[in-house]
Amino acid sequence: MNFTNFGRYILLLKATFKRPEKWKIYMKAIFQQMDFIGVGSLGLISIISTFIGAVMTLQIAFQLVSDFIPKTIIGSVNRDSSILELSPTISAIVLAGKIGSAISSEIGTMRVTEQIDALEIMGINAPGYLILPKILAGITMVPVLVIISMVLSITGGYLGGTLSGAVSPAEYIQGITTDFNPYTVNVSLVKAFVFGFIITSVPAYEGFYVKGGALEVAQASTRAVVVSCISILACDYIITQLML
Amino acid sequence: MIEIKNIHKSFGDNKVLKGISGKFEPGVTNLIIGGSGSGKTTLLKCMIGLHHPEEGSVEYDGRDFTQLNTEERIEIRKEIGMLFQGSALFDSMTVEENIMFPLNMFTDQSRSEKLDRVNFCLERVNLEGKNKLFPAELSGGMKKRVGIARAIAMNPKYLFCDEPNSGLDPKTSIVIDELIKEITEEYNTTTIVVTHDMNSVMGIGDYIMFLHEGKKFWEGSNKEIAKTDITELNDFVFASRFMKAAKDKF
Repeated sequence: MNFTNFGRYILLLKATFKRPEKWKIYMKAIFQQMDFIGVGSLGLISIISTFIGAVMTLQIAFQLVSDFIPKTIIGSVNRDSSILELSPTISAIVLAGKIGSAISSEIGTMRVTEQIDALEIMGINAPGYLILPKILAGITMVPVLVIISMVLSITGGYLGGTLSGAVSPAEYIQGITTDFNPYTVNVSLVKAFVFGFIITSVPAYEGFYVKGGALEVAQASTRAVVVSCISILACDYIITQLML
Repeated sequence: MIEIKNIHKSFGDNKVLKGISGKFEPGVTNLIIGGSGSGKTTLLKCMIGLHHPEEGSVEYDGRDFTQLNTEERIEIRKEIGMLFQGSALFDSMTVEENIMFPLNMFTDQSRSEKLDRVNFCLERVNLEGKNKLFPAELSGGMKKRVGIARAIAMNPKYLFCDEPNSGLDPKTSIVIDELIKEITEEYNTTTIVVTHDMNSVMGIGDYIMFLHEGKKFWEGSNKEIAKTDITELNDFVFASRFMKAAKDKF
């Protein structure tokens, strides 16, 4: 059954990446989706990243009780955790809930109200027109959101640490600037790119093949979020294993 | 002209269509009628390629749709207009954008030319000035009319209508029926209407194909249908007391 779904998913992607009928119309749809995925999620990602950064700092400070460990390590650990894991993965899971369910419901509703049939009857490649702009917007905007998330998470760590007195501003800044390896950002961006693809393509697949009515659309939406989250975590492990 | 030959279609063990053949001429309103589950919507979907028949052919002026590759199918689909049961208007687009959509996709017309065409189509379905409304702001009858306007935007050679009267009051149903008939005669389109609305059958049925249990049971015109003595057809068409009384009078 899962192999059948995977096969259908691959076939859908094949249809999605066919040459568009008119690039001008697709470009308009891509920008709309970039606005929805990127700008529309900025507030949520900002709030989550800032608080996660702040909480991380407090928890690291709580666990580092030894006098032999310098407090600058709090900044270093927070920086690497944010860049490598928290920003890409937590952002992706949050976006899977917000964007994934929206994509699945939108396409699923179009399926059950025959709007997808209408596109096909007109001679339009429905997977291409509906899914391609979402995937392209996802793989471009999720990395942008992840970069913003990294910055805000580290800033949140600074605010949380200094306001609570867990770490001094100088120690924190020394921590985040010491032994910084830019390669970690590359790993994070690769993750963001892959997660952006998953967050858009998996829910699109779930929505595209919905049969039935409102109940089935809702079920597909739930399934889309669950499958996306599991796929994100599995890919997170694989990318980390391969790149670090 | 559309000609179907020996169409078979099953879903699992359920044989829905059992060898249906027929010819649908241009310029006349062709009706496919039958009870619920008789296979009429499945037949329509086989004709437009949303379902793939296991056997048989669907020929659009000699071009067998079932044997064509994707690109060739797309070319035929550009000649098809379709009115869906639920109208299938794009929710996120205004009336104007809905009608302009196929023009944007497949023509290189300027915006003013496209707008002229949109206004012409809206005028044709008596919805002048409704350009900026969204589908959610329209009544059921208006949605159907916008659906027709979108279907005729590309000057289709073939027009398909799936239950165009469902959910409409009798007066609006007649308006929609007359609109379909007028467009068919005016543009000489090959029009196929799937319906179980008896007003449509008696009003616009130039050619009627009656399906029963997945088979073609009868074919003829609305004038001939009143004189038939086939039990299954009479049970379907003249099911209500009113229609029975009308038949007896006829």
